[in-house]
Amino acid sequence: MKLLVSICALLLAVSPTFAQDYSEESLPDPKQEAVAVQLMDSIRCVVCQGQPISGSNADLAADMRRLIRERIAKGESPEEVRAWLIDKYGDWVSFKPQVKPATLPLWIVPLLALIGGVWLVSRRLGKKAG
Amino acid sequence: MTRKWLLWLPFALGLGLFAVFYLGLLRPDDHVIASQMVGKSLPEFATGPAMPGQPGAASADFRDGKPRLLNIFASWCVPCVDEIPVLVTLKAQGAEIAGIAVHDTSIDLARFLAENGNPYTSIGLDEDGQAQIAFGSSGVPETFVVDGNGTILYQHIGVVTEQDAPRLLAMLRRGKQ
Repeated sequence: MKLLVSICALLLAVSPTFAQDYSEESLPDPKQEAVAVQLMDSIRCVVCQGQPISGSNADLAADMRRLIRERIAKGESPEEVRAWLIDKYGDWVSFKPQVKPATLPLWIVPLLALIGGVWLVSRRLGKKAG
Repeated sequence: MTRKWLLWLPFALGLGLFAVFYLGLLRPDDHVIASQMVGKSLPEFATGPAMPGQPGAASADFRDGKPRLLNIFASWCVPCVDEIPVLVTLKAQGAEIAGIAVHDTSIDLARFLAENGNPYTSIGLDEDGQAQIAFGSSGVPETFVVDGNGTILYQHIGVVTEQDAPRLLAMLRRGKQ
């Protein structure tokens, strides 16, 4: 019995020393894990392009998942990590477009189309009423 | 009359957009992702020695005034074998080459270098690919030209062929202080 207890104690003592591989394992804090996974879903794998790193088997995608989990665990914000990755690989690595002059039409054009549509419809309705 | 044409305009725009998307489908999206680090200072990195008797590679080594090639490779990378003879020739012509072995082990590397030759003055072991990501490198092999101040001058993606060698050598000479 004593032996069993000491073996269990030994196992317990040893198990945390196994290096955590955060490329596949979740972070202990579920909140941080959710933040990390959300970021992984919007970072594009540079090897198997078109896939997010969360769903890619490439080594480099695993490395990026590990990097993201480690940085989030250290307290960095997901947008800081995204910015760091964009710094290395360019806008291409992020599925979420960055707001900057070249990408402004993405937000402005739908707005203009809506305004134009409302104007057209209101003119037509105005005509019918009059 | 113009009014009639104007009515067709949204339809024409939609058709144009459809054509662009359709052509995009026919042309698969497989461009190489160039590093954004070209023109910038080497990122901070430190990789332990991969081979006994050969130092590892760290960013501090690249600021001694000597321009270098930084070759990202791996013993498991098949095309990397093809560029080793070219790198050996470059070394014979005076190029200093630092290697970073990604996801590798010392045992596999020892065999790889014994079979193909060893053009490296230092080889760092990047077991978890963190140095590779810091460089903005998206695969192996890739070769960066780094000047004497530790600034990245150029990124060569893919195998260095005999045709590429003179260009890389010229860049190294220009990078000299």
